[in-house]
Amino acid sequence: MLYVAQAEPAPSQGVRPGTLPAGERLLELNGIGKSFGAVRALDGMDLAIGVGEVVGLMGDNGAGKSTLTKVIAGNFPPSQGEIRLEGALVTFDRPAAARDAGIEVMYQDLAIAENLTAAANVFLGRELHRSFGPLRLLDHRAMNRRAAELFRELKSETRAEDTVREMSGGQRQAVAIARTRLAKSKLVLMDEPTAAISVRQVAEVLELIRRLRDSGTSVMLISHRMPDVFSVCDRVVVMRRGRKVADKLIAASSPEEVTGLITGAIAAA
Amino acid sequence: MSVLFKAAPPETDPGFENIRRTVWHRRGFLGSQTAYVTLAFIIITLLVATLAGNFTTTNNLLNISRNFSYIALISLGMTVVIITGGIDLSVGAVTALTAVCTMVLMRWVTDSPLAAVPWAALVVPIAAGLALSAFVGWVNGMMVARVGLSPFVTTLGMLSICRGLTYVITQGRGQPPSGPYVAEFLSVTNGNVGGLPASVVYMLVCAMVLGFTLRHTSWGRHLFAIGGNEQAAVRTGVRVTRVKISAYMLCSLSAGLTGILLAGWLGSAPANLANGYELRVIAASVIGGANLAGGVGGPVGAVIGSALIEVIRNGLVLGRVDAYWQDALIGLIIILAVLVDRLRTRQR
Repeated sequence: MLYVAQAEPAPSQGVRPGTLPAGERLLELNGIGKSFGAVRALDGMDLAIGVGEVVGLMGDNGAGKSTLTKVIAGNFPPSQGEIRLEGALVTFDRPAAARDAGIEVMYQDLAIAENLTAAANVFLGRELHRSFGPLRLLDHRAMNRRAAELFRELKSETRAEDTVREMSGGQRQAVAIARTRLAKSKLVLMDEPTAAISVRQVAEVLELIRRLRDSGTSVMLISHRMPDVFSVCDRVVVMRRGRKVADKLIAASSPEEVTGLITGAIAAA
Repeated sequence: MSVLFKAAPPETDPGFENIRRTVWHRRGFLGSQTAYVTLAFIIITLLVATLAGNFTTTNNLLNISRNFSYIALISLGMTVVIITGGIDLSVGAVTALTAVCTMVLMRWVTDSPLAAVPWAALVVPIAAGLALSAFVGWVNGMMVARVGLSPFVTTLGMLSICRGLTYVITQGRGQPPSGPYVAEFLSVTNGNVGGLPASVVYMLVCAMVLGFTLRHTSWGRHLFAIGGNEQAAVRTGVRVTRVKISAYMLCSLSAGLTGILLAGWLGSAPANLANGYELRVIAASVIGGANLAGGVGGPVGAVIGSALIEVIRNGLVLGRVDAYWQDALIGLIIILAVLVDRLRTRQR
């Protein structure tokens, strides 16, 4: 795979995302813009994410990271630009549409109901049923078994039938990630998954991200933590004031450069 | 009934090295407030039975069970709303409005062409009464789930509306059942089934159906999910609005059914029927282990909570304690139940 970092779109070709080979592009954003009244939250954003690629999205508060995430996740439509998923033009009018298309968001708070079991959380909104005549009853056994399988795949010591209330931060992350594995998501957007957990749990989460990548799932990691992005991502995208100011391979960049890009000390790279 | 609430057996214990299983007496039903209150209920019942000699007579036991069955029936509906993290203060007024409207309709249908249809003079008023209560619940649910008003304020307003309408309709006069099917109405609402009062049978059937539904359907699971983390339920694609509306409808429906049963028991639907029931119902649910913060509760708790209140009330009457002490003692029990649960969960 060949990546070329792009600061400016090549004028002759108009707006063009990163030069991934077409067949390996999972998601493409072309010239995405979003305005809230007079505020321009996103401006001419181009981005391509490859199959099984882990992309770090960095930027200061208000740089447009969460707006971009919400556009991709279908929380609101972009004001300009197009989204392509596996080459096909898509419009997501609500989050469920994006999820059905294979884009899952892992929220900072993990969207977990603490009073339910791990398995119930993994299958929340997608329960398995058995039919007894006209009755559609929950298939507890099948859900527990499948959830246990997913936790085993993720190498997480999480018991499917335990209540989440008693679980550690790392186990909770595993529950949220198992949910994306269950949905066979193509792209997982992670919003600050490592912001409020312990050092050991951060290591667990990064390991889970690597497993997702190895199984062919693409990940977009939104993070403030430089070490996390540099240890797990293939590529880093930096945003400032609603624009993309850098899109580079991790190997071709450095924490110092990214810091400069975030703060504006370096204009673009 | 325990079969209904048994968890699916764990497939295999994977034998994790650093995560131990929660000890058995703090897991599942045994780890819940409902279990502690059930234990308290048994002890208090035995205590009352030994202290008051005439407590265990068949008549007294049947009386107690009928007395609490009305509160328990509404508590079942209330528990559903409380599980979603809501509350319904309008239940007492809905009970009265449904009872009164059903009685008025019985009179109207008798004088209308519908009276020619067999059973219509009985079925139509009851069905219309239940539909009315479900409609009130639907309005509550729409206001809370779709418009986003606070459940407390919405249902407080609805309490006043329904109680007001009840007085408007009756002008303060009691409404007796009437028409050609009065005897059948009384036997459906206040008869005996296998020696048990009808209201107790309704309560037991509703409790079992609810227990099964909460545990074994998506709807039941979604109720708990909404109460535990509504935002998470929204994000995982649970139809939160729809489920919440259904919860308020079910709660109102249980109040409506109770109203019709009460009209049969009393032989009349007075305008002040079920006055103040909302607080007794909420007290019963909370004593039984429903958490007003949402996400916790069940039919066993609703029934045991109602029964506990009634046993204490009955014990005090048999013990010739001044009746004015009853409410004070019930209040003490409410706070104790919540306090014990608080102390117990803090130890973990």
